Amino acid sequence: MLPNLVLYEREFNQVTDVVKRLVANANAKVVFLVDKNGQLITSSGQTDGIDTTSLASLTAGNIAATGGLAKLIGEKEFSILFHEGEKDNIHISIIGHRVILVVIFDERSSLGLVRLRVKKTGEELEKIFEVIDTKSVTDQSGLGVDSPFAEITDDDIENLFS
Amino acid sequence: MSFINYSSREINCKIVYYGPGLCGKTTNLQYIYKKTNPQARGKMISLATETDRTLFFDFLPLSLGDIRGFKTRFHLYTVPGQVFYDASRKLILKGVDGVVFVADSQVERMEANMESFENLHYNLREQGYDLDSLPLVIQHNKRDLPNVVSVEEMNKAINQRNVPNFEAVAPEGVGVFETLKAIAKMVLIELRKGAGA
Repeated sequence: MLPNLVLYEREFNQVTDVVKRLVANANAKVVFLVDKNGQLITSSGQTDGIDTTSLASLTAGNIAATGGLAKLIGEKEFSILFHEGEKDNIHISIIGHRVILVVIFDERSSLGLVRLRVKKTGEELEKIFEVIDTKSVTDQSGLGVDSPFAEITDDDIENLFS
Repeated sequence: MSFINYSSREINCKIVYYGPGLCGKTTNLQYIYKKTNPQARGKMISLATETDRTLFFDFLPLSLGDIRGFKTRFHLYTVPGQVFYDASRKLILKGVDGVVFVADSQVERMEANMESFENLHYNLREQGYDLDSLPLVIQHNKRDLPNVVSVEEMNKAINQRNVPNFEAVAPEGVGVFETLKAIAKMVLIELRKGAGA
């Protein structure tokens, strides 16, 4: 079981920068970074008109289902998935067993270029997530000492529903 | 497993609706979708068969508002209830923060309820969770039907932990938001515990 995923400003910005760079380097339309549980971490590119929340959830479902298939045939996981459409294509890869990198691209790019750039980006992201994980483990609850949740009252919770 | 983003000041939690086939998990989500302000919810996604049976999952993102300056979002999922979809059910449970167990109150479905509850226990344990400590709410659904088992009997069968439980008629919305509110509260309280308060 993985600990809570907690992203602080510094790592969030680092991750977002890496994702932004990938959009440019791979000539991609959009790049998403999604947690394996289906939560969107960050995105960059032409995200207008894309339901990013649904995309994150379905990507995670897709990876989970493919992971299930992998186990059935004795593989650990399938780390890369590729979906080819008439105009747009989706390249999905697992980074450090924990997050999912989604690249959407059209004819202005190519599968070869995307694969090449994703490989490099994956290594960068893996390093950042190692730091994020270490921070989460140091603090077993997954929440920092300055967590806003340590002080929430029953009234705060009740107010959400009023 | 919640996801806390300090940069965008957001917290995302995952709630899974579990229960036997045709107990009304999808109906719960459909009612919530119908009755929620469009600004507070995203698109509802249903991966279902041609006969409207859940194949993989339903998904509904919901915004509850701010808590201490953090946007609080809940992702609601259902699992496919039919017994043979067990592999898919396990996948949906990954990263869960709270479970709503929807039970079918009809007498002929009691065995299915107990089997599904047992299955929930087992699948959670496989993922490293303990159902006895995970936020859990039970919904006794279909209370409007003629052949229902009493709530006491149902609690005896599936609610030994004595968690909050609600009577419901999901298509009409009876008990639907009460159930959601209860599980959302339990998940937030669990977060507070985790924060060491």
